[in-house]
Amino acid sequence: MTDMVEKIVDSRVTWEGCSVILDINNGDRIVFARLNPSSTLKIGKKVCSLSPLIGCPFGSLFQLECGVNGPYLSRVSRSLTGASKSEDQNDCKTKDNRALVDSNTAQTLSGDDIDVMRREGATGEQIIEALIANSSTFQTKTAFSQEKYILRKQKKYAPTVLLRRPFTRSICEAYFKKLPARIGFLRMDTISLLLSMANVSISLDVLVVDMVGGILTGAAAERLGGTGYVCNTHLGTKQYPMDIVGIFNFDKAISSRIVRSSLSDLHLAKKSSEAHISNENLHSMKLLGNDGHSLESSNGPISIVKESLVQEENSSHQCSSTTLSSESEQSTSMDLDTCFKKCSNSVDENKDPSSLKVSKSLKPGRQASEEEIKLWKENGFTSLIVAAPELDPWNAIQELLPLLSYSAPFAIYHHYLQPLAICMHNLQVKQMAIGLQISEPWLREYQVLPSRTHPQMQMNSFGGYILSGTRVFNSESEQGST
Amino acid sequence: MNLFLKASNVAHENLKQPKKFLKKLQGSLVVDQEYDVYDLVMMLAINPSDKKTFQRHISEGDLVIVYERHDSMKAIKVQDGSELQNRFGVFKHSDWIGKPFGSKVFNQKGKFVYLLAPTPELWTLVLSHRTQILYIADISFVISFLEIVPGCVVLESGTGSGSLTTSLARAVAPTGHVYTFDFHEPRAASAREDFEKIGMSQLITVNVRDIQGEGFPEKFEGTIDSVFLDLPQPWLAIPSAGKMLKQDGVICSFSPCIEQVQRSCEALRSSNFTDIRTFEILLRTYEVRGGKEGLGTIEEGDFVGSLPRKRPYSNGHSSNVVRETASCVVARPCSESRGHTGYLTFARFCLTI
Repeated sequence: MTDMVEKIVDSRVTWEGCSVILDINNGDRIVFARLNPSSTLKIGKKVCSLSPLIGCPFGSLFQLECGVNGPYLSRVSRSLTGASKSEDQNDCKTKDNRALVDSNTAQTLSGDDIDVMRREGATGEQIIEALIANSSTFQTKTAFSQEKYILRKQKKYAPTVLLRRPFTRSICEAYFKKLPARIGFLRMDTISLLLSMANVSISLDVLVVDMVGGILTGAAAERLGGTGYVCNTHLGTKQYPMDIVGIFNFDKAISSRIVRSSLSDLHLAKKSSEAHISNENLHSMKLLGNDGHSLESSNGPISIVKESLVQEENSSHQCSSTTLSSESEQSTSMDLDTCFKKCSNSVDENKDPSSLKVSKSLKPGRQASEEEIKLWKENGFTSLIVAAPELDPWNAIQELLPLLSYSAPFAIYHHYLQPLAICMHNLQVKQMAIGLQISEPWLREYQVLPSRTHPQMQMNSFGGYILSGTRVFNSESEQGST
Repeated sequence: MNLFLKASNVAHENLKQPKKFLKKLQGSLVVDQEYDVYDLVMMLAINPSDKKTFQRHISEGDLVIVYERHDSMKAIKVQDGSELQNRFGVFKHSDWIGKPFGSKVFNQKGKFVYLLAPTPELWTLVLSHRTQILYIADISFVISFLEIVPGCVVLESGTGSGSLTTSLARAVAPTGHVYTFDFHEPRAASAREDFEKIGMSQLITVNVRDIQGEGFPEKFEGTIDSVFLDLPQPWLAIPSAGKMLKQDGVICSFSPCIEQVQRSCEALRSSNFTDIRTFEILLRTYEVRGGKEGLGTIEEGDFVGSLPRKRPYSNGHSSNVVRETASCVVARPCSESRGHTGYLTFARFCLTI
């Protein structure tokens, strides 16, 4: 099993037990799932098996069809649906909505008629064709609005499922769209900047403070590709959850390089002369007040997801998929749309000690060994990324910076400006770092279509702030100057 | 150039004479040409035994980034017997050898500079500009959205000054490779030299080829993970790029003008690409100011960060008074900022079944 996973993990084709992202109806709903013969997906009121997805290339598109044995997913060509509509410019210009009367009588096909068609085994496409044929207004619409009409009907009668590879990009975009609080409102461009500014690259030892669900730890590990280390450190005794790491298809090599260590352990290992830290200090670290964005919210849909993830932590990664979170109708909370289909065959695990071993070695986030900690003590970490919206950056950086080697770059994310400004000012005054800069990324997406190019009507206008810099050796400040 | 101003935290002091300042800046950023080819792997620890790049103490032959100020850095090869001459006077390389990277080194006048280990980000700030280059916001976004991870094989055209290329190489290392193409022979040669100097030539192959005219070499067909295009007429290269990509592989085209984007998107649609998305990314930088007593009137020299040369502690080159933590710290966006760099259009090569 392990061998198999390792062999195909780089592949662009799914395998049994692999983690995938399912994009339902073009971003309407996004589901993280693990592909097993028994895994299922619920779309609307229909439940279908995910087994047809096993062995398909990522990027494949599926359509929900109704067969004799119930609904099933069937692979379709991507050009069939979506963007490839004809662009008749003259058509766009000559038609408009002056004749539109919103009397709800344009469609002559009734719900009963459609049910009859379904019973007779009509495909989603056929129903849509019938709807178009029976719409008295369809032909008067512009090509653009005809396209919109078809897409709308398609969602209802022929839902699509797009199979995506779980990369930092796709995972972050999914969370940011559906459950941004879980990842501390980290936008993909912000994560990219954090990784670049901290020079995350192979063979480096990256120290991360990840209070954003593990997305940062996963992103850094993805860049290291099984070399170096990502050390996920926590202040105090409680580890921060990093369950998002489980969504990546990390192989054994990568998972084994994701380790945890408490900040006090890292400091205790420091040479006594260098240790300017007391445990008191560590524990009294100020938490920023609840700002409404807090990830700790213990009610509502977030906690459902949390539960499912906690359960996942205790069970093996390769097991049959069960839907723990409620996959309710699309009409309910957006948060529920992002649901985790998690596995739970811990029974098997207990029966078979060898499988337990396999799953353990594959599991990222083991405790850092003494040798590893000693290595970091001697050499220092080579980069630092902090995304901890609940910590005060200045308090945190005073404890973290001494763990870095000189010339190591660092990047701190925060969604408030003031704490970073104070942190930057203090670092500058105490000459602990150079090249200090606070930056805020601004990202705008465009619709590019013939004669219809413009920025998207909706945009996210806030990507957070990043304080970046480089640690330097400063004999004066090290000696505790004037 | 503007983005650079932002990226390097440039000061208000210069707002009054932007043109003069630009010249000054360009002058100060030219890579010191005194280094030449050396065999150490500097920027990336490609070989695990070289791992501790940062921990290493500076030794003969090392490439160091000499940091004078946030807007003034140079890449220099350390050679015993050589000297660095800058606005602060003369620094002897021999004084640097044996010091850890990240050290502050003084000259006889008591002035100092910092010696940093090179990174692609620093390299972007010091490399010689043979063409307009990409800066950190675009670069980091491109790497992530192209889904480049260790082991990927990437095509790039054109090479230009090689600013993006080093970041691509960092992302594909240690087992991947970047094949970069430029139709300009001398430019390709200079880029090749640069990659040699920073120890990345194992990861990057520079070729001379007109990609718009000839397309990518057929030998790469179906084997490429990601393609990056920075060409005046990217639509000409798009059909060829599609042939090179693996299924679900990602392409990115960088174009400053929306008309180029428009034509590229049409070409992408007719070459079996899906998920076509166009973005614009900019960075806004902030100035931070701290004072003991209230805010008073905001004066030019009061901001650290983007910065106030006159400020005693801001550049550390004058009196070096270490001040107590200010009672009042304020921040505001820098008023000078890049308005546009280019549009980034991404698309996936579509599967056919």
